[in-house]
Amino acid sequence: MIPYAELLGLSVEPGETAPTYVMPFAVDVIGRPGFLHGGAIGGLLEMAAVGALKQALADEGAVRIKPINLTVDYMRGGRDKPTRARGTVTRLGTRVANVEAVAWQDEPDRPIAAARMNYLIVR
Amino acid sequence: MSDSETPAGRAFDPRRLFGGRFGGHGGRLGIVYHDHGEDWAELALPYHPDLIGDPASGVLASGPILALMDMATSVGVWLKLDAFKGHATLDLRIDYLRPARPGRTVIGRGECYRITRSIAFVRGQAHDGDPNDPLAHVAGTFMAVEGYW
Repeated sequence: MIPYAELLGLSVEPGETAPTYVMPFAVDVIGRPGFLHGGAIGGLLEMAAVGALKQALADEGAVRIKPINLTVDYMRGGRDKPTRARGTVTRLGTRVANVEAVAWQDEPDRPIAAARMNYLIVR
Repeated sequence: MSDSETPAGRAFDPRRLFGGRFGGHGGRLGIVYHDHGEDWAELALPYHPDLIGDPASGVLASGPILALMDMATSVGVWLKLDAFKGHATLDLRIDYLRPARPGRTVIGRGECYRITRSIAFVRGQAHDGDPNDPLAHVAGTFMAVEGYW
């Protein structure tokens, strides 16, 4: 497993189009007392985005992906409960992939944060 | 590392916040105080194997750098305000200019260049030794739920 994913305490739930990543609420991921750290939420969203992209590229063999950038919108404070995140590949080009990811706690349609990322694909 | 004292007439000293080390996520990542000025703060993220995102190369994951910049820009807001105010990140955009070099400490510098009653605007850069060779650039906003003043 990736050391940073282990630090976040992530577990993976397989999905048809993309895996869902689950991050438990723990001292290691809190910021201000009682709330998740924005950096941990962003890190979770990035793991979910990469997971979705790797699943979309699964049939292609050895492909390297490099993050170009990331924009995160924080919508609600992350409270004392598990957080889930899943990525969606909105466009898979030959050199660039556009990926979105959403993080939620109670219901997927009440996100706590969402992100857009661009990845460089090195085939 | 700055050894300057808090100038007369300034109330907010970020070193007091840290007490050497953050607790929580910042502490787990190993983020520590490095330097500060009137509207900016520098925090340091020492290299550690637990932060690796690519085991083959040993390159840090991008998440810890995002967390570093979130914290450095947040402290930059309190410095410009010269006071601690509860606030939350509204959005943060990061450009990954190049991978951090394995083994190097990453320095994140966050600056607050404008504050309104409810929103603070921030920007910053991260490097791993040479400020003229940055590895990440950020722009973002924070929001004070009860207002900055």
